[in-house]
Amino acid sequence: MTALTVSLLARLAVLGVLGVVVQTAAVSQLPIAGANADLSPLLVMAVGLLCGSLAGGAFGFGVGLFADVVSLQTLGVSSLVLLAVGYGAGRLREARDPEGTLVPLAVGAAATLAFGIGFAIMQFLLGVDAPLSWTLIRQLLVTLLINTLLAVPIYALVRRWLHAAMPDDPRRRRRRAYTTGGLSPLSRGPELRR
Amino acid sequence: MYDKTVRRRRAVLGLLVACSLVLLTAYFGESGGGTLHSIQRGTSEILNPVQEGASRALKPVRDLFGWFGDTIAAKGQVQELRSERDRLRSEVLRNEVRKDEYDRLSKLLELDGALGLDDYGPKTGRVIFQSATVWYATIRVDKGSDDGVEVGHPVLNEEALIGRVSEVFSGAAQVTLITDTTMKVPARAGARQEFGIVEPASAGNPTNLVMSLMQPGARVSVGERVVTRGTEPDDRRQSLYPVGLPIGAITRIENEGTDTQRVHLRPFADLRSLDFVQILTRPRGPRT
Repeated sequence: MTALTVSLLARLAVLGVLGVVVQTAAVSQLPIAGANADLSPLLVMAVGLLCGSLAGGAFGFGVGLFADVVSLQTLGVSSLVLLAVGYGAGRLREARDPEGTLVPLAVGAAATLAFGIGFAIMQFLLGVDAPLSWTLIRQLLVTLLINTLLAVPIYALVRRWLHAAMPDDPRRRRRRAYTTGGLSPLSRGPELRR
Repeated sequence: MYDKTVRRRRAVLGLLVACSLVLLTAYFGESGGGTLHSIQRGTSEILNPVQEGASRALKPVRDLFGWFGDTIAAKGQVQELRSERDRLRSEVLRNEVRKDEYDRLSKLLELDGALGLDDYGPKTGRVIFQSATVWYATIRVDKGSDDGVEVGHPVLNEEALIGRVSEVFSGAAQVTLITDTTMKVPARAGARQEFGIVEPASAGNPTNLVMSLMQPGARVSVGERVVTRGTEPDDRRQSLYPVGLPIGAITRIENEGTDTQRVHLRPFADLRSLDFVQILTRPRGPRT
């Protein structure tokens, strides 16, 4: 679990605010095949994968709350769903520590799907008086597709932004140790035999 | 150490879930003027200038995407527009004859003629925000109470009615679009001026509205126009939507001719790409 330093918290706060503002002021107004990208589950997924479940969950809660406040939506809906998304992504990193360049793509798609379905369930639970339409399902699927394509660049941007504030990235430390030969038992073989 | 970390993680998760549920319950339970609503409005008021600035700064990016989208869409529309052009040509000829008759009758009856939109105090605003989720069909424009905008004022784009003002700040206003599940617009359809209520056909669908006709067996046809009625359906009070604002065209009719018929219409306005809109700040006309 990544330690939540002041520097990291500040960077997460800036990322969350900027993400929601860009989403509402620009991305939501760019329709692609009748739907648009949704940056919030991607940002939350990226933070969860990079910083762990605690930071991911808290960031998801914060981004959701800010989005609900800015959009004059029912408070607590987005924060609850994004909290689950961030926590899930963080737990995935802590439990499995998946590697590979396509991991953000798969987790981004899963995060978008979870957010879309979770939000829809919450809306119906809160009593939206309208039937579920094929158009809505199509929009969710198009958003899923767009977000899947955006997942890798968004993840790369978030990693770049948080990089300086993450002193104990375990993957980076492990790679560095192996490449410099410090911890590998193979490289230390002769030394150990002596 | 590990147990402590796990316990801390679970405690924070539980706390955040509890916070979300408390917020949700409290927000749902309180009135529109409650504490949470006030905090939400206050925060939005502060953030409106930021959003306006971001919207202006990111306009070139939106325009670039819009250009690509428009080009692709325009290619698909060429054939459709050609046939519509032919149909409109013949309609124009018919309308010219009708207009001559109308002018003569108007002079005879000393009528003022139809009111132009200028009489309704239109304020042009720029869209600075659009809801990120399809579940909330809302936009925000950069005109607010300082410009005379009030809750309930109708909002149009260059094509048709798009919604009504649902929240007002000093320099901005939140507009609920006609495709939002909370919207109902009194309307009339077709040559026989059949009355009904227009509402969304389903959640998150910007191209399909449904009109429930008030009179059983009312007759309308596919292609006919639907416009605002101008009065409320219950007691004939004047509606906040002035009479005759275009809404959409009928695309299909379910259970046609029966008491349970449902008329589907496609809005004239493209609600997915709104840039500038007009708010009618004197919806009841020049006398108000």
